[in-house]
Amino acid sequence: MPKDFTPKVVTANRLMQGDAVWLTANGYWSSDIHDAEFITDEGTANLRMLGAETQAHLIAGAYLADAAMGDNGPEPTHFREDFRARGPSNYAHGKQVHRVENNV
Amino acid sequence: MYKYNDFDESFVRERVAQFRGQVARRVDGSLTEDEFKPLRLMNGLYLQLHAYMLRVAVPYGTLNSAQMDMLAHLAQTYDKGYGHFTTRQNIQYNWPELSDVPDMLSDLADVGMHAIQTSGNTIRNVTADHFAGAAADEIADPRPVAELLRQWSTDHPEFQFLPRKFKIAITGSPNDRAVTKAHDIGLRMVLRDGAAGYEVIVGGGLGRTPMIGKVITDFLPQTDLLPYVEAIVSVWNRLGRRDNKYKSRIKITVHEHGIDEIRRLVDARFAEIRPSFSGVDQIMLAEIEAQFTSPAFKTADTKGYEAVRLANPAFRSWTDTNLTQHRADGYAIVSISIKKHGATPGDATADQMRVMANLARTYGHDELRISHEQNIILPHVHKSYLPKLYAALRSADLATANIGLASDIIACPGMDYCALATARSIPIAQEIAARFDELKIEHDIGALKIKISGCINACGHHHVGHIGILGLDRAGVENYQITLGGDHTETAAVGERAGPGFNAAEIVPAIERLVLGYMDLRQAPDETFLEAYRRLGVAPFKAILYPQEKANAA
Repeated sequence: MPKDFTPKVVTANRLMQGDAVWLTANGYWSSDIHDAEFITDEGTANLRMLGAETQAHLIAGAYLADAAMGDNGPEPTHFREDFRARGPSNYAHGKQVHRVENNV
Repeated sequence: MYKYNDFDESFVRERVAQFRGQVARRVDGSLTEDEFKPLRLMNGLYLQLHAYMLRVAVPYGTLNSAQMDMLAHLAQTYDKGYGHFTTRQNIQYNWPELSDVPDMLSDLADVGMHAIQTSGNTIRNVTADHFAGAAADEIADPRPVAELLRQWSTDHPEFQFLPRKFKIAITGSPNDRAVTKAHDIGLRMVLRDGAAGYEVIVGGGLGRTPMIGKVITDFLPQTDLLPYVEAIVSVWNRLGRRDNKYKSRIKITVHEHGIDEIRRLVDARFAEIRPSFSGVDQIMLAEIEAQFTSPAFKTADTKGYEAVRLANPAFRSWTDTNLTQHRADGYAIVSISIKKHGATPGDATADQMRVMANLARTYGHDELRISHEQNIILPHVHKSYLPKLYAALRSADLATANIGLASDIIACPGMDYCALATARSIPIAQEIAARFDELKIEHDIGALKIKISGCINACGHHHVGHIGILGLDRAGVENYQITLGGDHTETAAVGERAGPGFNAAEIVPAIERLVLGYMDLRQAPDETFLEAYRRLGVAPFKAILYPQEKANAA
């Protein structure tokens, strides 16, 4: 029996800035994981990865990351993806800076 | 210090121009990421968790003030105002944008620096004793040979597609501060009948399969060094396991074939290639040596220094921990700690880099070093300057008196930055250092090496820490394993795993318990953690770390 599919998001790093981005349902790359398309079946996941391969002018290193649906959209389920979505813990750098600003 | 000749200058400039073209072709779509990746790695550019990371080589850890000023310029102009000094005596910038990197490399070329072969399956930056040329215990300065090795290995056509990366470390002192026994090749200068030569150690390494290097020859005349090193790399290049990257390093080759067989093969290869070394290497070495002449050391009274030492306890404490004996009378080697309690080990701001550059210019014969322990060294400071130097360091928040103590922790970037990491290292280091500072006991604890890696690749040298911490991912949770009794010096040893790992909330209390327990176990205040461990074995330390198991067993 095939293994159950765990929900995914497509993520990569932006080509020029190198920051983490997530693929949205309408095909653009967002710097907020909450905007990502929440993928619940393997067929869609494979299709989106094929699509991501055509985006080499925008991103590098696309892969599928496990995610769960939260109140504001998809959220990371593993701490590695959580750090990518937030930034490093030793300085207020990376995405957490904008997140704080957005919350103000 | 070595100054680029016309060849070096044009080679590095050409590489910058090539890379500028490669970036442009990646951006305009002519190159795919798969095509571009090996090209960027050849120039030290990684893609990490949050951004690109540029790793700049600091050859054998030596810098002059203009170079340090340039590192500050890069931090300020292209990054977020700081840089991270690494356990390989390099500096890493964590936030550059792709389009800026050619400009960064061009700026580096202006001061005779580059990022070539800081990644990829090549011979990496040759590391050296950070006290080279200054230490009282040194036979001779190993840096001319390190520079010769840099020139030989850079773009060496035979060694651009090695089975895996290859690291060489060199020391000119019997007291090994360069961790030579944990490198693919370790070179230790030794004397025989008054002539300097090298003990050559091969097959050491940390990572997934830690190994202490084995002596392949106990005395190699200096004139044979380059062909002999070439013979070793050549033998491994042929035998090294390209089928399995976990078995590709020379430590596995030596382990699988045995040191005697490797010695036989190296000797045969050496006999084959030795005649092709016509002596040009020795002419080049002589030219390099001429650029590493000793600074013009001054003679001056040090009474003022002694008086300030007596009068100022904070200064005295700093001189007790952060100075090392220099070979010249009246001089000291100054270690500047970039391990302020609670700060990120190895990070320095652009302003701090400029302060250190300026101090090197004013008081330190224009020299700086990066240590593999992630501190900055001013190798040549006359003691009469120390009070002023200390005052300047204090104003720049660089006067932490903790060299060699519990808070002088090596930590890799870990999962805060590194794409390979399985757990974070930096916050653990920050918390341990802050905790020992809070307890005000680190001077009582004495010499202690805590080393933290955020994955099995062991950039944080945890295997050779007196206390090593390895961060792992256990079922989606950060988990930290402790190893005990490691040693990075000439008496190198791989630490022993203490037992089950601790989660992120438990690890700092576990380390505190371990260190307090050691203080109870030691015979006298001057018995170090490592000495106590060697006397008592692992059992009492395990009992301290896992009190519950002890209670259950009772």
